[in-house]
Amino acid sequence: MWRFLIPAGLFVALLAFFFASLDRDKETLPSPLIGKPAPTFELPALGDPARKVASSQFAGKPYVLNVWGTWCVGCRQEHEVLLEIARRTQVPIVGLNWKDDSAAAQRWLQELGNPYSVVAADEEGRAAIDWGVYGAPETFLVDARGTVIFKHIAPMTLEVWERDFVPLLAKAGVQP
Amino acid sequence: MIIELGHFALILAFCLTLPQMFFGFAGAALRRERWMAVTTRAVAGQFVFTALSFGCLAYAFFKNDFSVLYVAQNSNSELPTFYRFAAVWGAHEGSLLLWMLVLSAWTLAVSALSNNMPRVVTSRVLAVMGVISAGFALFILMTSSPFERLWPAAVDGRDLNPLLQDPALAIHPPMLYIGYVGFSVPFAFAVAAMLEGKRDAVWARWVLPWTTLAWLFLTLGIALGSWWAYYELGWGGWWFWDSVENASFMPWLIGTALIHSLAATEKRGVFKSWTLLLSITAFALALLGTFLVRSGVIESVHAFASDPGRGLFILIFLTLCVGAALGLYAWRAPLFKSNAGFAVVSRESFLLLNNVLLVAATGLILLGTLYPLFLDALKLGKISVGPPYFAVAFLIPMLPMVLLLAPGMHANWKKAAFGRKARLLAVLAVVAVVGGVGLYWMTFGLHSVLASAGVAAALWVGLSALIEPVQRLRKGHSLSASVLGMAVAHFGLAVFILGATTVESYKVETDLSLAPGQTAQHAGYQFTMNGLRNVAGPNYDAVESEVTISRDGKTVAVLHPQKRTYRVQTSPMTEAGIDVRWDRDLFVAMGEPLGNGAWSLRLQYKPLIRFIWLGALLIALGGVIAVSDRRYRQRATARVGDAVPGVPGTPGHSAAVAKTAGVS
Amino acid sequence: MRDPLRRACGWAGSWAGLGWSGLLSGLLLTLCLSAHAIDTAPAFSDPALQGRYDHLIRELRCVQCRSQSIADSNVGLAADLRREVRELIAAGRSDQEILDYMTDRYGEYILYSPPVKPVTWLLWAAPVLLVLIGGGAAALVIVRKSRLPDEDGAENGSGAA
Repeated sequence: MWRFLIPAGLFVALLAFFFASLDRDKETLPSPLIGKPAPTFELPALGDPARKVASSQFAGKPYVLNVWGTWCVGCRQEHEVLLEIARRTQVPIVGLNWKDDSAAAQRWLQELGNPYSVVAADEEGRAAIDWGVYGAPETFLVDARGTVIFKHIAPMTLEVWERDFVPLLAKAGVQP
Repeated sequence: MIIELGHFALILAFCLTLPQMFFGFAGAALRRERWMAVTTRAVAGQFVFTALSFGCLAYAFFKNDFSVLYVAQNSNSELPTFYRFAAVWGAHEGSLLLWMLVLSAWTLAVSALSNNMPRVVTSRVLAVMGVISAGFALFILMTSSPFERLWPAAVDGRDLNPLLQDPALAIHPPMLYIGYVGFSVPFAFAVAAMLEGKRDAVWARWVLPWTTLAWLFLTLGIALGSWWAYYELGWGGWWFWDSVENASFMPWLIGTALIHSLAATEKRGVFKSWTLLLSITAFALALLGTFLVRSGVIESVHAFASDPGRGLFILIFLTLCVGAALGLYAWRAPLFKSNAGFAVVSRESFLLLNNVLLVAATGLILLGTLYPLFLDALKLGKISVGPPYFAVAFLIPMLPMVLLLAPGMHANWKKAAFGRKARLLAVLAVVAVVGGVGLYWMTFGLHSVLASAGVAAALWVGLSALIEPVQRLRKGHSLSASVLGMAVAHFGLAVFILGATTVESYKVETDLSLAPGQTAQHAGYQFTMNGLRNVAGPNYDAVESEVTISRDGKTVAVLHPQKRTYRVQTSPMTEAGIDVRWDRDLFVAMGEPLGNGAWSLRLQYKPLIRFIWLGALLIALGGVIAVSDRRYRQRATARVGDAVPGVPGTPGHSAAVAKTAGVS
Repeated sequence: MRDPLRRACGWAGSWAGLGWSGLLSGLLLTLCLSAHAIDTAPAFSDPALQGRYDHLIRELRCVQCRSQSIADSNVGLAADLRREVRELIAAGRSDQEILDYMTDRYGEYILYSPPVKPVTWLLWAAPVLLVLIGGGAAALVIVRKSRLPDEDGAENGSGAA
């Protein structure tokens, strides 16, 4: 007669999963790039198409890649934070201007300040696909050997910088 | 003021569930007539106050009272009056109040129409439904109240989500809820039967019409949702295996298994514990669906506000209700063992196989829907399970079920003796195969396994369903509503299978750009864009294009698809232009302007797509016919002491009771 | 669709606090439903290649508007991904190579059909498994019941129903 307990047993197992998953973060997709070499790119610089911004330019040094656009509300929010981070750190912040109008992007940086050491214009979104970008803003951390070691999805905050980025940089032996 | 009145009314309704529960359970256990009578009073009162509460919220919508937060979030002064009423259930809080209203209406119906049932059983049933009402009332009052004020009041509301501004919104959720909530009736009956612990199957006879009623509403609700998605979303799809769609389909599948199981229990007293379990599962799945949609655990376009706090409440409620019921089942189910036998080939065994396959299909859909959740919770990665999996997984149990359906319909109880029908079925089998292979090879010239199988299955099931009614009518025998209903429902299933397999195999979609004056070829038709104009609707502005469809030089249709921008929420929406014919739909949806008046358009040719919803309607109609059987009406209106077929305690029944006493 | 914004632009939903919901909702809803063009012409004149294209874009999930394939989704990312698929087909890559290309960048979530690997064996085996187990259990019950004596638990009422 134990078979009559099977439904109850299955139900309990199901419930356990539900309770465990109530506050799981199902929005963010884990990046398959973590631990892999950063995608190479070569894009025109924002505002100066003759000049190229290429991943090879950052070889041997760690850098932060921030994906943004003037159409993105969260980017507007994180902008002050990026400016502050740029003040604090010597690690270059590379901007990837994703699917944006370059005139508007330049105006934005003029009005609000420019935290980026250099900005690449990805108007067609090809480089973004290589980086597995699916929303803005997203921020990547690449170490000196060119490996992607962290991806943050959602607007940057100082808390995230201190908690996630700085320790990883320290571990890589870099002065953040 | 009105809103506070509504809030207070809901609190009163909740308070009334307490005596409903207490006196229902205690009165039944202690066999106190007076206590059980209190239960029926409480039920009536609960309905009145819930209706009042709902009415107050509806009134606030009518009056555009934007000092109420829920109204401000879901309505707008420019929203047409019709949608203002439907907007009451346009979001989480209001839809829960609709749930409660439907539940109290069902409870009232059960209470009013059960005069010939033993009072003990009815009281327990009402008490169980009271538990559910109490839970939902608490949920609304504590976490999701639509009665909150917004101060200072908004000048105007945020408007109803444009996707919901459609007549279907007025009907689809109520139909669905009547179905979901209706499954609480067999759930309550099952719990009452288990508490009583008597071996007979009285409850099965009583609960079958209620179950069929709930089931047919759910059928309509799901069909409406599919139809609505088809013309509203602009992409021509009719089923997406979306988590919430699955959440509505699973109770339907179990409900179907339940009515079939109840038929066997009613007739021969077999499968009692099966029926109990299915009754619990159907409602459990309905509750689970509520949980999935409102907790944020699963992602879906249909999901309401995702709030883990609310999710926790529902989950606890689910645990208590279903957990208690399953615990009761584990304890009491052995009591219901039947010793009646049946032959290897008999109606009972066909029904058992049918149910096993339906349960397997439900299990597969559940597994597919929850698998990403499982893996994620176990930190095993993030995958997604989409339509390609579900389509395959669903067809695997359905194929044998469809094969067994045709002979199963004609099998006798206890021992099937097909006799002449066996030859008829053999002929049907040949017709089905020939039809399947030949029909589409001739008409469409393309070979599709799915479509051929679909035609074969449709012929097999559909023609078989017609055998019984046709034979009876020809012989001049009476045709009871139950038999006719069954035939119509099974025939509807055949129609559905034909439509679904045909459209998925032979649909043609093209994206292209057209400027005014240009013509494009698609699926044998010519589509010409005549021109564009601007249109202003009550709460939106639109660009409308006129597209003429012609074939062989003759105009077939002139369509007016629109691209709308709703003024308040500024979201663009595409209203497709559809030319409907019984054998195909032609579908034009506008994409984006490409400059110089040209627009990107999606053109679709959908053969036999209307059969999908026609089939579903026929299935529901079969349910309606079955429920209208004379024997239920007699029961419902009978007074104590009348002779009523199939009901204990009535004259003429004692002989049958003596025969079955101690044996079933 | 109810609140596709949350589903659509992933993280933004969790980020939108109470004060943001109004503004953000509108913007993100726009993001998901407003279109960049649906393909303005068939991708390939060769029907075989077009067939592969049609099949592949229905096998990839739009990672922004999560409930649609990139064939049906209208957002910019979906259009970009469709372009990638077109270019990869034109470059001669096989279907599996194209799917691998996408999963390398977005993870397995982007596949509409779950991958077949040890962790998903249960999922893929389940249909046949459940039918066999259920059928087997039913067969056992039927055989057992067929050995029991007949009982007349029948009611008056119509014969076959």
